[in-house]
Amino acid sequence: MSAPAAHAPVTTARSGGSAPEPRTGRRKPKVSFRHRASAWDRRYSPYLYISPFFLLFAVVGLFPLIYTGWVATHDWDLIMGQGEFIGTENFLAVLGERAFWISLRNTLSIFILSSAPQVVAAILIAYLLDYNLRAKTFWRMGVLVPYVVTPVAVALIFSNLFGDRFGLVNSILETVGIDAIGWHSGTLPSHLAIATMVNFRWTGYNALIFLAAMQAVPRDLYEAAEIDGAGKVRQFISVTIPNLRPTIIFVIITSTIGGLQIFDEPRMFDQYGRGGTDGQWQTMTMYLYELGWTRSDFGQASAVAVLLFLLIVAIGLVNFIITRRISSSEVKR
Amino acid sequence: MSALEEKPLPIIPRTGPATATKDDGDPSRRSGSGSGAGSRAGGRRRRPGSSRGPGRGPGWIVYGCLAAVILGGMFPLWWSILIGSHDSTILSRDSFPMIPGGNFFSNAAAVIDTVPFWQATMNSVIVSTVTAVSVVFFSTLAGYAFAKLRFKGAVPLLVFVIATMAVPTQLGVVPLYQVMARLGWTGELQAVIVPGLVTAFGVFWMTQYLRQAIPDELIEAATVDGCSMIRTFWHVALPAAKPAAAMLFLFTFVLNWTNFFWPFIVLGPQNPTLPVALQQLQAAHFVDYSLVLAGATMATVPLLILFIFTGRQLVSGIMQGAVKQ
Repeated sequence: MSAPAAHAPVTTARSGGSAPEPRTGRRKPKVSFRHRASAWDRRYSPYLYISPFFLLFAVVGLFPLIYTGWVATHDWDLIMGQGEFIGTENFLAVLGERAFWISLRNTLSIFILSSAPQVVAAILIAYLLDYNLRAKTFWRMGVLVPYVVTPVAVALIFSNLFGDRFGLVNSILETVGIDAIGWHSGTLPSHLAIATMVNFRWTGYNALIFLAAMQAVPRDLYEAAEIDGAGKVRQFISVTIPNLRPTIIFVIITSTIGGLQIFDEPRMFDQYGRGGTDGQWQTMTMYLYELGWTRSDFGQASAVAVLLFLLIVAIGLVNFIITRRISSSEVKR
Repeated sequence: MSALEEKPLPIIPRTGPATATKDDGDPSRRSGSGSGAGSRAGGRRRRPGSSRGPGRGPGWIVYGCLAAVILGGMFPLWWSILIGSHDSTILSRDSFPMIPGGNFFSNAAAVIDTVPFWQATMNSVIVSTVTAVSVVFFSTLAGYAFAKLRFKGAVPLLVFVIATMAVPTQLGVVPLYQVMARLGWTGELQAVIVPGLVTAFGVFWMTQYLRQAIPDELIEAATVDGCSMIRTFWHVALPAAKPAAAMLFLFTFVLNWTNFFWPFIVLGPQNPTLPVALQQLQAAHFVDYSLVLAGATMATVPLLILFIFTGRQLVSGIMQGAVKQ
């Protein structure tokens, strides 16, 4: 009855090979049911264990993504009403709209304003956290607090801080003698305000990633630099930064994927959610939403999704090449 | 699924077995971490440049800068509490408030009147908990298979999982919405839950962790003892996975709690999650900032409380995920 008894012959027969070889069942006709079940168990269990992920991912992740291309090449009149194949017509229609190009500009602008300062600030904060601090965990947790605030709440708070009439930021500016800025009317000001929200939420998070990478830098590199007479700043530029290279690439690429799809913060920057009176801060995902769920044109919405996908891939590649070149030239120096 | 992922979590493929951050437990780099006296008096600083002098900790400038960073991060939350606890005229007055007012509860009551706040909170709890439990379970299961079991096609399948982490699946919203509409799931919680049941990140995370957390001999021993595969998983892999599973749970919970785009599309105003309810609140009361920010505060506090107790795990999770071998 006990399972070990059923197993024993197999192990000896197969000279104790470590890899479970489940084909014994077929070769030997006289094996017990329990034995065969065990062989099946070992052979197919791994597939059983990974199958939930692959099945679910196929249905709710991969299929919708691929099917987007199909939707984009068809005519969709009403919700659920699929029309005929129209090839690139949706793409041409979208590309011919001024709103598309404005949303592209806004997306790129907000992305640059949020990612570049964020990486720099995160590295500097990581550098501070890398000191032998007292109560390390406290400081690390402290910089992570904004991460748990939902972006919608972040947007509500900052949209108040950046209020055109009664906002705190404008009041401070006026006290210093600078004219109030139309955060909700201008293009660049609105991008700055939205980028601030993104930076608020993610800088501390990325600082912890950089901190982990900094701690992995071998300390003899610093010793060598010190012997060569490098000061702290020089050590930071010539030792720390080049060693952070893979991490910088990683952070930039992930923030590219997330940043170019930005929706929550600009959507909530005012109560109408259309990205301003003239689409000053309408991003591509907001435009996608407007096409699909306000104008009920799923074909054009999908076309935007495909274009945004291509943009993410393209910028990801450009990022990768540039970061690589910059960092490797630093290493050479 | 990562259709909802706003930003992938930090992980970089490692070639070898995963190593934890070298923060603690590596005496050559950081001395006396943990023991206050050691790190203060005799503690050798990691950087030779700063190990000169009497070996004290970093100066007040470093602490000052960090304190400024943290206060900067706290300020918007403080502001939200300040404005949320006054009445709507507070912003048009001459000076800004410095201390919270006494109107928070009346504002909160108005928030609850305007939007289905309790229902939204309940929905957020359900969605975040169910997806987090599911992601942890399925990721541990798949991660165990990838890390410890040998089967044909394991390597290409794992590469596929890693590749999907970089795919912006959020861009598949249109067909996903059509599927949900056809199933009659729009406005129902399962429309948000089902796409979040598994994540590629989770599978990768658990694979990396279990690879070094379970000795092969342990699995062999269990097999020799006649444990079925699932029993081995249950009694060997699951207990070993606990620390990484806790972190994955937290990440998934936060991800789904803060998620807005997909719930906003697929859930109606009748059955919102918290972020969707906040959007409704804003649409209804944009000019009444004290009300809106009271709502923002109410939506933030639950996660802040969770963070006080689990922030330590989140921190080490982020840092472990980031270390590249």
